Amino acid sequence: MTAAGASHDAHGHDPQGHDAHDHDPHDGTAYHGTMKHYLMGFVLSVILTAIPFWIIMGDVFRSPVTAAVVVMVFAVAQIFVHMVYFLHMNPRSEGGWNMLAAIFTIVIVVITLSGSMWVMSHLHQNMAPMPAGGHEMAPPPATPVPAKPSHE
Amino acid sequence: MSASVTADIAATDAAMEAPTPGRDFYVRGEHHPENGTLLGFWLYLMSDCLVFAVLFACYGVLGRSYAAGPSGADLFDLKLVAINTGFLLASSITYGFAMLEMQQNHKGTTLFWLFVTGCFGASFLALELYEFWHLIHEGATPQRSAFLSSFFTLVGTHGLHVTFGCVWLVTLMVQVVKHGLIPANRRRLICLSMFWHFLDVVWIGVFTFVYLMGSLA
Amino acid sequence: MTPAHQAPESVLFGRLSLEAIPYHEPILLATFAVAALGGIGVLAAVTYFRLWGWLWRDWITSIDHKKIGIMYMILGLIMLLRGFADALMMRLQQAIAFGGAEGYLPPHHYDQIFTAHGVIMIFFVAMPFVTGLMNYLVPLQIGARDVAFPFLNNFSFWMTTAGAILVMLSLFVGEFATTGWLAYPPLSGIYSSPGVGVDYYIWALQIAGVGTTLSGVNLIATIVKMRAPGMTMMRMPIFTWTSLCSNVLIVASFPVLGATLALLSLDRYVGTNFFTNDLGGSAMMYVNLIWIWGHPEVYILILPAFGVFSEVTAAFCGKRLFGYASMVYATVVITILSYLVWLHHFFTMGSGASVNSFFGITTMIISIPTGAKIFNWLFTMYKGRIRFDLPMMWTVSFMITFTIGGMTGVLLAVPPADFVLHNSLFLIAHFHNVIIGGVLFGLFAGIYFWFPKAFGFRLDPFWGKVSFWCWTVGFYVAFMPLYVLGLMGVTRRMSKFDDPSLQIWFVIAAIGALMILCGIAAFLMQIFVSILRREQLKDTTGDPWNARTLEWSTSSPPPAYNFAFTPIVHDLDAWWDMKRRDYVRPTEGFIPIHMPKNTGAGFVLAVIATVAGFGLIWHIWWLAAAGFVALVATAIVHTFNYKRDFHIPASEVVETENARTRLLAARA
Repeated sequence: MTAAGASHDAHGHDPQGHDAHDHDPHDGTAYHGTMKHYLMGFVLSVILTAIPFWIIMGDVFRSPVTAAVVVMVFAVAQIFVHMVYFLHMNPRSEGGWNMLAAIFTIVIVVITLSGSMWVMSHLHQNMAPMPAGGHEMAPPPATPVPAKPSHE
Repeated sequence: MSASVTADIAATDAAMEAPTPGRDFYVRGEHHPENGTLLGFWLYLMSDCLVFAVLFACYGVLGRSYAAGPSGADLFDLKLVAINTGFLLASSITYGFAMLEMQQNHKGTTLFWLFVTGCFGASFLALELYEFWHLIHEGATPQRSAFLSSFFTLVGTHGLHVTFGCVWLVTLMVQVVKHGLIPANRRRLICLSMFWHFLDVVWIGVFTFVYLMGSLA
Repeated sequence: MTPAHQAPESVLFGRLSLEAIPYHEPILLATFAVAALGGIGVLAAVTYFRLWGWLWRDWITSIDHKKIGIMYMILGLIMLLRGFADALMMRLQQAIAFGGAEGYLPPHHYDQIFTAHGVIMIFFVAMPFVTGLMNYLVPLQIGARDVAFPFLNNFSFWMTTAGAILVMLSLFVGEFATTGWLAYPPLSGIYSSPGVGVDYYIWALQIAGVGTTLSGVNLIATIVKMRAPGMTMMRMPIFTWTSLCSNVLIVASFPVLGATLALLSLDRYVGTNFFTNDLGGSAMMYVNLIWIWGHPEVYILILPAFGVFSEVTAAFCGKRLFGYASMVYATVVITILSYLVWLHHFFTMGSGASVNSFFGITTMIISIPTGAKIFNWLFTMYKGRIRFDLPMMWTVSFMITFTIGGMTGVLLAVPPADFVLHNSLFLIAHFHNVIIGGVLFGLFAGIYFWFPKAFGFRLDPFWGKVSFWCWTVGFYVAFMPLYVLGLMGVTRRMSKFDDPSLQIWFVIAAIGALMILCGIAAFLMQIFVSILRREQLKDTTGDPWNARTLEWSTSSPPPAYNFAFTPIVHDLDAWWDMKRRDYVRPTEGFIPIHMPKNTGAGFVLAVIATVAGFGLIWHIWWLAAAGFVALVATAIVHTFNYKRDFHIPASEVVETENARTRLLAARA
């Protein structure tokens, strides 16, 4: 990249231009993907997508609970594959801040999702049933819920 | 000065190795802080995650409230969803190819792979719109039940993101044509790649949590 | 199912008609007259003094974080006057509406007032004040020239202002929500609230929320990426630390608010069934979601205030902050725990003992790191040489007031007690106790502390002390009676009462509100007097309080580029370290400084967003659609502008720095 190119730069702070753009971590244009990386990610994703579809479409498991759990495990695995191979997550990128932000977000997302479902399923258990089977919600496994509505 | 303040300062002094003279208190020249665009965009994506978390939570809580209407098992056409998933996956790898070409500074091939990515994105949207149209045609409208409200909103919000991704992709292609692969444009391409792959990650959640698990009896 | 509308809508004007202007309500008419006259007066003055160009170039399009910070503070102050006027009206109504007397406010109007009061005070007073303070200070404290994304900063500010404008507009065109500040469905649903009130609420918060989220992203990136060399995380000023945590909370919680309000709008506009009573909807899901945002929100407000108190205590006791590391850890722990307590806002919804116990316990746990902070401030004061200037007075007043508020909070965290106190005036007293006693007192401490830095002169201490005592005493007189009333079982949001024995408490509370009014008047008087006496109150040193952090190392007010040379940090309290080691200010060798360029794009986008929001509120669909298209188009056009920066020539830097050298020499 030449100095002429750099003068178009919206955010760069280097008026001298960027000669070694591929190795310059400071202007935010460094990119770390390789062909091998991408193909690996793609193959893994295809496999991790195909299996859960096959499980559900082919009625592989008799118990829906087993099927749901297995499918979810595949989803989590595939999410990790995407994060590593496509989003290039690693503990070093952006000085570790990307990873930290992602972990924090995952924690908050898990709290939001599981917390809401836990709270609302208890509400449905304790209050008058919803008109259309609201209390068929499965409670999370960690907290046993009384089978019939309790009156606390 | 009180005893503790003196002690405090003494402790600090002890910790300071160098004698005072010669210590630099300012950068004699221009200081270049690191560019924050990629981190900032990543933070934006994290905030977007929370938007989807709310929609997933709604689906999790309301996804079985059929109100005597149709359920997921009645409605979902998994073959269609599988094809759509294929489109998105393919668009991910083609965006990856675009990034690899960008790394090599090949403007033409970068644009080509971006174009292919955009086509896959558009196909995904077309198929999703067809699915929505079909459902609404059958009377399974977003207004029919809380389940359908949360289904349409979750899947629709993802689709809306893909739409914006496509608009952004076209804009960036024009900018690459106009200005070439200058640092500003490379940064933007990297940002869009994060956005695009992020939408893929969300889609994994959608097809698993909504379509596959929703199709279970 | 499509929502039922009362009246047919015109294609051109939606549901907007002359009926929407409340000319039959004398209170609103008078307010409108005053506002219109005032507005015309301001516009005339700006035109007469030919200030439009200056206003546009130096302020509206400015991407200087200092100017944006000041504009946020001005927005907060203006909205404080509106929000406080609402408070006074409520206190007056409740003091007189007894035993058959209706008071002077009809219920429909009263309901709008308490809703507007809550919305304005949280979103358009506390948030702009806190964001403004962070915007002004964070880059200065970390030795940076500006924030990471200066244009985004300007855009965020104008989006916040756009939200405020929509709320203010609801006063004169249509109505505001009558639902309370969180607009719980089904009351806020289309069947119970078919008017425009809730729509004003939704779109004002959506638009302002975009600004807030982006400003959060911006400040995190700034703190992570732009710290001066040598400033490790554990050498960051404590205010910067609390700002970082506060912004993390913003980025991780405001999207939840946005999404939840979007679902409510879908229910209202499209007829979906998320929070309705029909077809499987669950109104409590809204309450659940809104508090997943709502609880972190209170920490978003209080954490920066904690940072202010830490800086003030250290500076005015002449000591390093006691337990810096524990303060940082306490802040981080609060950040994470604040996501685990949201259900304590609705213990009574009926989720049962196990859920309530869990959230009751987490709520009690969160008071531990907060308590640790109080002890840290006390130990910083212990054996310090305390100077009781105004910032320190506010800090001490905070420590006492906030501790009381914290203790009543722990009482409310006990679910069985909460069943008695839920929705009572006890709760109202509690959260005013922590928000006024914590956030607002913190903001006042911060304003008095950093005012000389921002404007180059101190605030007059006499009027400041009048304001301080009126506020502090007024707060206790206004809110302690509410604790008593709450314990007696009086619920919130009532416009009239039957039991005459309660009246005396409301009268006392109204007197307290009047004292606070004196406090606000004294504050305005103080600013006025200080501007008149600015030559006597001038700060030529840049460090009027003998303080400790980097912002005091530059001039007051700081130059556009903040620091002629980027400072190098060797210790916590970098400026204190520099002073102790006989730092010599550089007077030569200046070089051109790379700075971002002003742009009007943020302002234009916010104006379009306001118009689009207005269209959505009034169902003027063509306007909303046109606004949306214009918004996207303007944003795209803006991305084609690659020339966003320039260099301040060395000669200009030399001139600015020489002026300061002369100023410092004249003093010595």
